[in-house]
Amino acid sequence: MAVFALVFLAPIAYAIYLSLFQNRLIGGNAFVGLDNYQRALSDPQLWSAIGRVALFLVVQVPVMLGIALVVALAIDSGRLYGKSFFRISIFLPYAVPAVVATLMWGFMYGSRFGLVGNINDALGTSLPDPLTPSWVLASIGNIVTWEFVGYNMLIFYAALRVIPASLYEAADLDGASQFRVITAIKLPAIRGALVIATIFSIIGSFQLFNEPSILQSLAPNAITTYFTPNLYAYSLSFAGQQYNYSATVAIVMGLLTMVVAYVVQLRGMRKER
Amino acid sequence: MNTTTRTEPTPVENPHTPAAPRLRSKPTRARSTVARPRKSILLTALTAIVLIYSLIPLVWLVINATKTQDGLFTSFGLWFDGDFALWSNIHDTVTYDNGIFLRWLGNTLLYVVIGAGGATFLAVLGGYGLAKYDFPGKRGVFATVIGAVAVPGTALAVPTFLMFSNLGLTDTPWAVIIPSLISPFGLYLMWTFATEAIPTEMIEAARVDGASEFRTFFRISLPLLAPGIVTVLLFTVVATWNNYFLPLIMLKDPDWYPLTLGLNAWNAQASTAGGQAVFNLVITGSLLTILPLLAAFLLLQRYWQSGLSAGSVKD
Repeated sequence: MAVFALVFLAPIAYAIYLSLFQNRLIGGNAFVGLDNYQRALSDPQLWSAIGRVALFLVVQVPVMLGIALVVALAIDSGRLYGKSFFRISIFLPYAVPAVVATLMWGFMYGSRFGLVGNINDALGTSLPDPLTPSWVLASIGNIVTWEFVGYNMLIFYAALRVIPASLYEAADLDGASQFRVITAIKLPAIRGALVIATIFSIIGSFQLFNEPSILQSLAPNAITTYFTPNLYAYSLSFAGQQYNYSATVAIVMGLLTMVVAYVVQLRGMRKER
Repeated sequence: MNTTTRTEPTPVENPHTPAAPRLRSKPTRARSTVARPRKSILLTALTAIVLIYSLIPLVWLVINATKTQDGLFTSFGLWFDGDFALWSNIHDTVTYDNGIFLRWLGNTLLYVVIGAGGATFLAVLGGYGLAKYDFPGKRGVFATVIGAVAVPGTALAVPTFLMFSNLGLTDTPWAVIIPSLISPFGLYLMWTFATEAIPTEMIEAARVDGASEFRTFFRISLPLLAPGIVTVLLFTVVATWNNYFLPLIMLKDPDWYPLTLGLNAWNAQASTAGGQAVFNLVITGSLLTILPLLAAFLLLQRYWQSGLSAGSVKD
């Protein structure tokens, strides 16, 4: 619990404390109340970053969870050949560090010796360069999807496994179709897992940092220092020495994440009734 | 098909005895006898698309780890180049810059053993305590833990850095290890798992028989918790082994880098002025970095998969 306090509660308190001060050229560290928050709310760079992760969230999370759900249902249906091979193989990318995943995909995206370049050379096509500003968000989405599809698939699959067999027997007696079994039994039974996976994915999207920060060295023009809110907070404190404002950004994002996660949880639970 | 077929967590008396074959020979689920589904080639083929998507980057990594730096640029990405340079790449990776790669590997192991080991230990103790003992303020603790799962670690990173920097802990291994010790998700997982896996009557029976709490925990509860512990351990190991953000902000001295940070430094080297491009080493190093984790997941899958289905997501 002491460790818990040290790494969890104390930083929050310290962040709030920091966010109330401002380092000025004259007068040093001064208490400024909520000035930093005011600045954050009218900061176009922060808003563009939030807009970017919101877009990312709305597109990437449903795609990823959708694929994961379909694969989990397919594996659970018992209709696959070699299903344990599928299960473990699709999960494997989760064990790959974000750094390695991003470097791999970054190289594969690359037009110099990447696959995109290869394909363009071989087929005479002109696929767009995934590392240009207009495509880089989608490219990051692909990396994140690749990393976590298997993880979410496994969460769903584990939830599907604990559905009592008696439910299926009853459905069988009633002559329910496969599709009906899925919509009437399987999906409601794993609602909890769906909600949890969604919340984790939302948190992950809002906190997007590793992939863009690593891709930055491969695509410096496409990824700005305020590409995502987290990257912005990082650049503010480590490149700009603006610790107070950086703490404010972190708190704003933390609050925003919690609100969104909470709303999703409420909605997810309410549907149950 | 093999191990996660049962609803209840299976008591594993001794993880070294082959428990799974016994399970497999039993009639597994009533469900498969109700309507034994016919295997479908179409469905298998469709799922195979996702499988290929998942595996292609790994295949790419293995293939390209066998190429020289020149070969990377001149050959097709998904096939081997003329000369097979894997061994020389591995040799160069571990010897480049006075063997800094091995130093990073050692650092990573240090962070994983202490950080992930400690996190698992705390999660097991905490999860067991929360699941099996009643005490005032339990609801408050529950809310805090759920909150901690929800509050993203990265949001806390900057303030944590500033705080640690005031304490003089940054740029030391402690700065990476201490925050790794807390795993709210691991605690949550262990909590739900312990609630499911250990019948309270059993603990009461042990108490009636006069066993001390310690003895009860070690002799009765711990074996029952084994699949959950393996699961939590694997997930904390992955989190620590793959951690990038925390070391990135905490460490400046490359001598304390973990592998992830080191690989990124090698990669960034190519784009700095006067830096030497070592893409073949980045790729080979990446392969060496992920192999231990892939091996751990494959070898221990029996345990962590049953741990996951027994506890984590049942709510």
